Parts: sequence; C-alpha cells; structure tokens
Amino acid sequence: METDILKPKRKFSLVRALREDSAFQGIALISPTAIYMLILIILPMILVAVLSFMTRGTYGNVVYKFNFQNYVRLIDPIYLRILLYSLGVGLATMVFTILIGYPLAYFIARSPVRKRSLYLFLILLPFWTNFIIRIYAWIMILRTQGLLNTVLLNLGLIKVPLDILYTPAAVLIGMVYEFLPFMVLPLYTSLEKIENAQLEAAADLGARPLRAFLRVTLPLSVPGMIAGSILVFIPAMGMFVVPDLMGGAKTVLVGNVIRNQFLTSRDWPFGAAASMVLMILTLAFTLYYTRKAGFGEELLV
Amino acid sequence: MDEFAVEMRDVVKIFPTPEGGEVAAVNHVTLQIKHGEFFSMLGPSGCGKTTSLRMMAGFEWPTEGEIYIDGTAMGRTPPYLRTVNTVFQSYALFQHMSVFQNVAFGLEMEHVPKKEIEHRVRDALEMVKLSGMGRRKPKQLSGGQQQRIALARALVKRPAVLLLDEPLGALDLKLRKEMQLELKALQKEVGITFVYVTHDQEEALTMSDRIAVMSQGKVLQIGTPVEIYERPNCRFVADFIGETNFLKGRVKKTDEDLLTVELLDFPREIKGVGQGNLAVGQEVSISIRPEKVRLEDDINDDTAPYKDSDNLLRGRVLTTAYVGSDTRIIIDIGHNISLIVWEQNHISTLDPQAYYTAEDKVVIHLPFENTLVLPEG
Repeated sequence: METDILKPKRKFSLVRALREDSAFQGIALISPTAIYMLILIILPMILVAVLSFMTRGTYGNVVYKFNFQNYVRLIDPIYLRILLYSLGVGLATMVFTILIGYPLAYFIARSPVRKRSLYLFLILLPFWTNFIIRIYAWIMILRTQGLLNTVLLNLGLIKVPLDILYTPAAVLIGMVYEFLPFMVLPLYTSLEKIENAQLEAAADLGARPLRAFLRVTLPLSVPGMIAGSILVFIPAMGMFVVPDLMGGAKTVLVGNVIRNQFLTSRDWPFGAAASMVLMILTLAFTLYYTRKAGFGEELLV
Repeated sequence: MDEFAVEMRDVVKIFPTPEGGEVAAVNHVTLQIKHGEFFSMLGPSGCGKTTSLRMMAGFEWPTEGEIYIDGTAMGRTPPYLRTVNTVFQSYALFQHMSVFQNVAFGLEMEHVPKKEIEHRVRDALEMVKLSGMGRRKPKQLSGGQQQRIALARALVKRPAVLLLDEPLGALDLKLRKEMQLELKALQKEVGITFVYVTHDQEEALTMSDRIAVMSQGKVLQIGTPVEIYERPNCRFVADFIGETNFLKGRVKKTDEDLLTVELLDFPREIKGVGQGNLAVGQEVSISIRPEKVRLEDDINDDTAPYKDSDNLLRGRVLTTAYVGSDTRIIIDIGHNISLIVWEQNHISTLDPQAYYTAEDKVVIHLPFENTLVLPEG
C-alpha cells in the first residue's frame, strides 16, 4: 500500500501505451477499420434511417417532421408485388449461379495446381471492363438483330428472331452473368479445401463416385455455397442497372423503385423508407438462411 | 481361400516427374503376405512402401506386374470393389459427420440393414474404447481418439486385409507406444491381416510378425523382427534397423564356418558370420552392434587379433554418455575410426570407478558370431 502511495503517478504516454498496453494496442489496430466503417457505413445508414421518417417537401426538399407516412405508403399491393418479384429474381439468380458455378468451381478445384491460377484469372478477367460496357455487350448479343439471333437464323435453327432482350429472361441472363464470379470463388475455396484423402476414404469404404460426391464432396462444399449465395443474393436484390438496361420498362425491381425515388421523383424520405425495408428483409432472409444451413468461414475469404 | 492374403508379383509403378521424366516408385517388388499376419513395410521416405500400399488399396494401379488379394488378381479393380480397407495417415475422417456416421458410412455403402449397422458400429466403437463418443464430431476429439475412429471405421467392414499407412505418425511418443501395443493386441483379437507401413524401425520391430525392408523401390529383406535385426542381409538393412558400427573390409577366406575379412583401413583380420554368397576378394561391410561387444580394461600388451572366440580391438575412450540403463561410450581405435559401444549398467552403484571415463584404455571383445559380414548395398 505504502509503495503505491509513494510511487509517482505516471502520466499517460502514447509510446508506452502502444508498447505495453495490450488493450490499447487492440483499439489502435482496429481503429482504421472502425473509422472507415463508421464514416462509410454506419453514419450513412443512420442518415437513411432518420430520413425515412421525414416528409418530402413541395420541391423535392426534405421536411424534417417525424412521421410513419412513408412506411404506410409502402403497404401497397404494387410495392408488395415488386418486392416479391425482386425476391424471385434474386433467388433465381442465386439458383442459376449455383447451377452454372458449381461445375465450373469443381472443374477448377480438380485441375492441376499450376492451371488453377490461370482459370481463376479468367474468371476475374471481366472485372477489368466496366460493368455498364459489359451489359451493353450483352445487349448487342441478345437484341433482335444481335449476334445470337444472327447465328441461330443462319444455322437455320430458328425462323423468326427470338425476342429475348427487354424480357425478364434477359434480366436474369444479365444478373447471372454479373454475379457468377461471386458464386464461383467461394465455391472454389470450399471445394479446393477438400483433401483427396477424403474422397479416397469414401471410395475405400465402398462408395461409388456418385455416392462419394453426394455424401462427401457436396456436404463439404455447403459453406462455400452459402457464402456465394449471400454474396449473390444481397446485391442482386438491390440491382437496378441490369433491369433498367436489359429489362426495358417492363421489369421493375426494388432497386429501380428506390433509385427512381431518389433521382426521378426526388422523394428522398420515401426512397429511404423503401431502402430500410429492403435492407431489413434481406438481412432477415440471410440470417434465416445461414442459421438453417450453418455459416461458413468462406465468407471471410 | 488362397494361401496368401496379399501377393505382389513383380510389381512396378512408374510415376512421371514434374521435370517430364519418369521415376520407378516401386521397382519389381514380389512379396507374399500370409493370412492373419501382421506384416510391416519398413523403409525411409520415398522407398515405395506407401505406393505399394496404395496399389493394394486400389488408389494406384501397377504399371507392370499384378497384385492378388486372396488369390484374385486385382488388375484395375477400383477401391470400392476391393475387400480391403485403409487407415489413412491423416485419418481422413469425414469432418461433416458424427463419429457414429463416420463408422457407419462403410456399412451404409454395403446396404447393411439399419439395426445391424447400429449394432456393429456400437461394437466397433467399444473395441477401440470409444463407446459413448458416437455423437461427437471428429474435430472435438484428440489425435489419438481420431486415430481410433479411423481404425473403427475401417475394421467395422470386416475387411480381408487392413491397410495402415503410418497411422501413428501424428501421435506423440508416449501415446504412440501405447497404441503400438494396443494395435498389436487388437490385430490378434480380430485375426485380420494387417499390412502396416512405417518408417519407424522400432515400431516395426515391436508390432510385426514379419517385416519387409524397402529402399529405392525395392524389397531388400523380408523376415521376422529377430531375423531382420540379428541377421540383416546387407549393409542398408543393418544400418536402417537399430544402430551399428561399420568397418570396411575385403573377404580373405571363406572356407571355414566363419569368414575371414581383411580390414581396408588398417592391416587387421577379423572373423565373422557372412550373409549371402560372399566371394574371396569381395568388398564388404562388417557390422558390429554397439550392445553386442564387451569391454575390458587394457592391462597387458597382448596384440593378438583373436582370443578364444572373440576378435580383439584396442582403443581409447573418447567420450561417455550415461543414459540410465546403459552407458554409451565412443572409443577411438586409431586410424581415424571410432566405435560406439553400449555398456549395460547391470550393477547399481555410485562409485565412479565402476564406469569408464575418457582416456581409459580398453580392449573391445567382438565375439565372432556377433560380427556380421555384409555385402554393400
């Protein structure tokens, strides 16, 4: 006790804290990320949340008067239909990216090690081009006098050009194309981690290749599939560029509604409310999905 | 039932190397493994023992030759149609399944009725002393326990032959020794043929009925642990199994029961037991196990090379290391040659006079029958 009193109280020293205080070191290490998250994610989200309870002024300005009017407006069959439709498109995108992405990821994971990085590079290559430009490329391919129809007509496979562009099918093609790498990469990570000895053990215990796949490979790749699904589903729900450009005026998703509120109708509070609802629904779905099927650390990759 | 559980007839396995060449991992191997035998394949890494095992399991196919299991030529039979099961070095347990599901997997593949599966899995878990662990996931178990699960998973199928690929390699020394004895007892209990791959010579000696010593894709010697240790058939086997001293020599006389060998490093003749067909003039290695010699204080100046039944070598103690059960002594016998000798400490005493120390002059007695004359290789 005596020594405690006699000991002069040391002043706080940044250098000493960085060197000796493990709690301070932890805070110091995490602060760049924390500041980044605060400024770019948490503050904007609070802003949107606050905004969603305000009202639109006559000239598109925001009137700061608290009310639930925007959420009441959202309880409308039109919006409900758009929401359900978006959910359907998001789920369809997810399912198709799994169906196409799984064999692709499996193929890469089973390739010789030296070739794998080349294949992964090819998967990522499209990202070097602007997203809008790639969507226009798809428009060129799919339109009535486009590449696809020209080829099919010349081959004599069809008599009348197919009307794909500006249909829900075109939107789905664009979405699946855009989000495929987000499914392939986590799936690959999952599949690549499966030791060959696991498959040998399955064969050794009497499993033919198909059963070995169903009982060993498939279950072990579920974490990757979940991670991929989240990476695809969340942005797919909010996507508005693809339906805008490839779906024509016929296909309206939640993303378009929100975008229109902010840019066209200049009704920021209503757009903010729609954003909040979309976010909460997506979050609920994702939580349910991960709880149900287990959460993979692949999401962190 | 055929005479042999497993037979390899002139098997060759060639792998391509990354540089575009070829390498024979297994090079004309012929061996027979009897029913109910604990058979070990022992050798340094890259000697072809694991490749041989993988060919028996069906993960690899021989480039040449044929493997027979219970008298049936295996050819390119896939693993899932073979009556052998494997315990993998990494255990290869299914992490997404419980312990019970892991052990039941092989039986489900055979479409064994559910009731019987439950029964047999319970018995198998009991056999490896893991009853009541069925609901755990493999990751929740210790290395030793995972090893037992891998064993139960393979044994529950009641295979004709159980293949074990360094199954104790990942365990710590104490646990490994325990498991060695347990595995051996288990094998006797179930009566299944075990083919055991290891690079640990002590492990092979402890557990095996017979051992095949391999090097560079070839089998050098097949025999019981006693045969392999006491009568190695070449320098490599003597060197790999246990510790030994080598002296280089040339065969001088072969007409007696014992060979007479002339040492190359200094003019001296040594008598010993010859292994294989050794001709006069052939260069050989003389193997002297460190525990098979006797030391005596050098009191007289007798320079005779033999005495009764022993070769005699004079020397000077360089260093000693007391290790409890015995003292390990390095003795300089001149001409830049030193021998390692283990003196058993069979008298309990604190008297420093009872132990050799550096600079002591000694005579090393090498009994003729403990002196092995081996071909190089």
